[in-house]
Amino acid sequence: MVPYLLKRLAQSVFVLFGITLITFLLVFLLPADPARMIAGRSATVATVESIRRELGLDRPLPVQYVSYLKGLVRGDLGRSYAQRAPVSDLIASRFAPTVQLALAGILFELLIGLPAGIAAALRRGTRFDQVVMGLAFVGVSAPQFVVGLLLIYLLAYLVPVFPLGGYGTPMHLVLPAVAVGLAGGGWYARVTRSATIDVLRQDFVRTARAKGVFPSRVVLKHVLKNAVLPVVALVGLDIGVFMGGIVVVESVFGWPGIGQMIWQAIQLVDIPVIMGGVLITALFVVVGNLVADLVYPALDPRIRYQ
Amino acid sequence: MGSTQRARGHERRAQVAVPRSDGAAAAPVAALAVDGAGGAGPAPGARRGARRAPAGWVRRFLANGAGVVGLVGVTLVVAVALAAPVLAPHDPARQYFDGLTLEGDPLPPSERFLIGTDLLGRDLLSRVIHGARVSLLVGVVANGAAVLIGLVVGVLAGYFRGTVETVLMRLTDIMTAFPALILAIALAAILRPSLWIVALVIALVNWVWIARAIYAQVLSVARRDFVEAASALGMSAWRTLLRHILPHLVSTLMVFGTLGISTTVLLEASLSFLGVGVQPPMPSWGGIINESQSYFLDAPWLVVFPGAAILLTSLSFNLLGEALRDALDLAERR
Amino acid sequence: METATKANPKSLGRRLGAVTRLAAALLVVTLGAAATAQQGGRAVVSFQVDVSTLDPAIGYDWQNWSIIKSMFDGLMDYEPGTTNLKPHLAESYTVSDDGLTYTFTLREGVKFHNGRELVAEDVKYSLERVLDPATQSPGQGFYLSIAGAQEFIDGQADEVVGIRVVDDRTIEFTTLEPDAAFLHKLGLNFAHVVPREAVEAAGGDFGHQPVGTGGFKLREWVLGQRLVLERNPDYFEAGVPYLDELVFEIGVDPNVAFLRLQRAEVDVLGDGIPSARFIEVMADPVLSQQVAMGEQMQTGYVTINVTTPPFDDVRVRQALNMAINKDRIVRIINNRAVPANQVLPPLFEAHDPAYEGYPYDPERARELLAEAGYPNGFDTVLYAYNVAPNDRIAQAIQADLAEIGVNAELRTQAQSTVIEAGGAGEAPLIWSGGMAWIADYPDPNNFYWPILACASNIPGGWNWARYCREDLEERAAVADTLARADQAEQRNEEWRQIFLEIMEDAPWIPIFHELQVSMHSSRVTGPEGIFTDPMHIPVHYEYIRMAE
Repeated sequence: MVPYLLKRLAQSVFVLFGITLITFLLVFLLPADPARMIAGRSATVATVESIRRELGLDRPLPVQYVSYLKGLVRGDLGRSYAQRAPVSDLIASRFAPTVQLALAGILFELLIGLPAGIAAALRRGTRFDQVVMGLAFVGVSAPQFVVGLLLIYLLAYLVPVFPLGGYGTPMHLVLPAVAVGLAGGGWYARVTRSATIDVLRQDFVRTARAKGVFPSRVVLKHVLKNAVLPVVALVGLDIGVFMGGIVVVESVFGWPGIGQMIWQAIQLVDIPVIMGGVLITALFVVVGNLVADLVYPALDPRIRYQ
Repeated sequence: MGSTQRARGHERRAQVAVPRSDGAAAAPVAALAVDGAGGAGPAPGARRGARRAPAGWVRRFLANGAGVVGLVGVTLVVAVALAAPVLAPHDPARQYFDGLTLEGDPLPPSERFLIGTDLLGRDLLSRVIHGARVSLLVGVVANGAAVLIGLVVGVLAGYFRGTVETVLMRLTDIMTAFPALILAIALAAILRPSLWIVALVIALVNWVWIARAIYAQVLSVARRDFVEAASALGMSAWRTLLRHILPHLVSTLMVFGTLGISTTVLLEASLSFLGVGVQPPMPSWGGIINESQSYFLDAPWLVVFPGAAILLTSLSFNLLGEALRDALDLAERR
Repeated sequence: METATKANPKSLGRRLGAVTRLAAALLVVTLGAAATAQQGGRAVVSFQVDVSTLDPAIGYDWQNWSIIKSMFDGLMDYEPGTTNLKPHLAESYTVSDDGLTYTFTLREGVKFHNGRELVAEDVKYSLERVLDPATQSPGQGFYLSIAGAQEFIDGQADEVVGIRVVDDRTIEFTTLEPDAAFLHKLGLNFAHVVPREAVEAAGGDFGHQPVGTGGFKLREWVLGQRLVLERNPDYFEAGVPYLDELVFEIGVDPNVAFLRLQRAEVDVLGDGIPSARFIEVMADPVLSQQVAMGEQMQTGYVTINVTTPPFDDVRVRQALNMAINKDRIVRIINNRAVPANQVLPPLFEAHDPAYEGYPYDPERARELLAEAGYPNGFDTVLYAYNVAPNDRIAQAIQADLAEIGVNAELRTQAQSTVIEAGGAGEAPLIWSGGMAWIADYPDPNNFYWPILACASNIPGGWNWARYCREDLEERAAVADTLARADQAEQRNEEWRQIFLEIMEDAPWIPIFHELQVSMHSSRVTGPEGIFTDPMHIPVHYEYIRMAE
């Protein structure tokens, strides 16, 4: 267990290191000049050059990268070019909204996906099963931004139940969470359904059923333990999905999260913010995967740590 | 021994960690439980298979109602794309002077403009119809490229092992943790956006999951007796690969080839929605919605129709791919 | 809107050379309403995007510009709602006969928000801070005309010799040449005064811990959520600001803000009226009363790279000018602009209302192209910023060009990418919307030097047309030395002629002059023009007050 953990930790650090390298290269390939963006339109060439020097952008790329890594090791993510504030402050201000949205989205996925999957499995082959799985398919296939815009139109504009967008109260969280979680809800419904079907096939369940024990109790106990828990553990792997795609939903709902921050930073060639934002996003993913890898075998004895 | 265990780990990941690259597309691609290697995970027990007579899987596919619906949907979208110039009532690029109100608002659906006009006074229906070409072209090309990259990486890593495996799979690890849409946005900004570049960008983002699944499958196939026998008989590595391994991947590739298009269509729409997709005035569904976003409360037709087109296309490819997977018996048991 | 426009440039000219002017006298004029208006109340301004920085040396976007102005002060400012220059932190000033030396007497008893009294040394420190390369101020370029500025930047001098502290209340500036726009430059945010101790205490993040002398001071700032300012009770201008508290709510979608304004939860739409709502609002007898429209110092134009064939032929450039249906483009943005036919917006005295420009005449445009040897047109590339409505406007321009056979491939990209392409001289055509040009100060030279001069025709410069006429450059330089009050009319006339000659060469297609449109709740009001203030863009916050 401990060697496994160490190995996975080392792998995670390696992945994060790789992320910084790739991001760094990408950012410097952007066809835009950060010094010129800072210097603004009334700047002379000399001003642009002196800003470039101040930022250290005139140094060779490897030197810049090493100096970034050195800062990183000290926990220093640098300062935003556009706002001059420490990147860590900017990320901190975006952290809570991002985590809220991710958690609410995952919660929604599970609330939709698990019951739908179990119910469909119990009534396998019926019209009900078909309808639920059909809906799950629609959820999986629907583009997030269209779902978001339609939710706003229907539930915030035509029937003003929820706010039209923005951040603050739990009510603000509902529609973005639905938009971000709908696809995953459909996906979990499918996974839960097949996992449940497997459980129902197992001998002890069959036996229990044959003995006339009312299915619901058996089902509940065994299904929860053997099908649902493993599915829930998969959530850790799902963090990456949220982090990767959340920028669209944030953009639709004006949600002040990390995705928006990175998106705006790319527009402004605000390199430290892009670097920091991508890194923190990847950190979420890596930690999520790590947790899933550790929790999953604990729930499913068939898998051993290696 | 260790490698077997690792294969299992990757396999589970390949099943579960979905290539929902834009977050929008919880692609069931992942549910491609790879056969062999013990069948752990939430969708266990995937049977060996993949070597059935075509007639068998075609029959099974046709018996699946959802798959037929998907096939019809895909056929429809393809037909619309091919016949776009004939079907479209107007020139999709033509900005009608009377396609806007005097104050510059788009027109609602009417007899002349069946589903209304966009913010430049163009016929929305014609743009949605022509948009099918963009979506399909990007979808097919990008997904094809992603499958190709995934195949090459997965096979090289799974079959040749050693350093090749380490390098490729660690690269895959890194790309998995990279926020996909951000990567696509950055790539689109670096490479001047055009139809082909958008397709390339999507391929560069999407290959990761395919590579993982292929890798796991190659590992399991390579351990089987007939492969080991072939090697023992002195068959060259490349020949073994071609004769004994690749055929086992065909059905997997077929499924990725259809299912992945759904993901790709969604990703293209997301990129265009963010303004970094195909360039205007080329009509793209995501782009139409992006252009119209500020008006959608007052002119919802600008979002509803292209949105429905995206959903229909993505859904059709999903249904088709899933049904194929079931028919080819790669799926979870029913 | 009309009053704010037409009256001021003349008086501006007079004031430029004004020998001495008592601020007290001005105060009586501008604050006529203040004596009767009640102070107090709270107003909410909505914004979608976070306020980036409140450091006057750094902040340079439409959002933070007037917030900074409400928290900091410069020697010069403008009468609310107008482009009329007036002394501000300065009580009075004199200009030497050679036009090179400006001497300012500071107001007495002006205090920073930290309680310390402002002295002349602070003014010097603030400007040297802007010039210091380490500050990375986008405003550095404005102050290079000060004697010794370049030496200071190059590290050859520890201080700027042209900025001299005479005593605590007197400061003297010496310029290398007469600079007709110098007083305007001292009214820019970059010349607003900051206390050294607060800057140093903030350790590089003064922009989030601002300390100024202005009417509002920082109470609370939750990044990404809200910025709360409160009234500075020690503010030197009596009676202002009116409000006790000014709240900026961040992360509010413009459509949401619009609905909340009607529910009186928001008082000022920081991002303006959502375009889809504009017509509905203007048609509504009640809502339209809450809308303010005003001119701004903006021109939207297409640059034509005059060094790239076939655009090196003036006939081609003129043909392009005749190809664009500007009325239709104005309609696409809901008539929130007036069509343009020249470089300068009407807000400038040097704008020529008699000039008719190039008519919309695709027929004649095709003839011109044929004369130039392109009877069948040609292919080219049009760059534009990829944010609405600029992507749409670019498509409209593209469609018009196609009518005369010019097939422009569209590249709508991030702002930074377009600016880079323009600076590198790679872009044949660029739609300037969203990037250029709103004047920094109301002087015609700000529409020449940065964007049309030989001096800015350099790699990385903003002269995207790569336009350069040496003879005009000399005339422009001479015009700028006409800094005395009695030369103002002559100077304006000279600039008018220069811009008309530029239009003959047609390096641009002027498309429109955008109007400023803002909307406020019925709860708040203010003197005319402050909701579309051309200088305190977009709203002069210190003059918002509660309606009776």
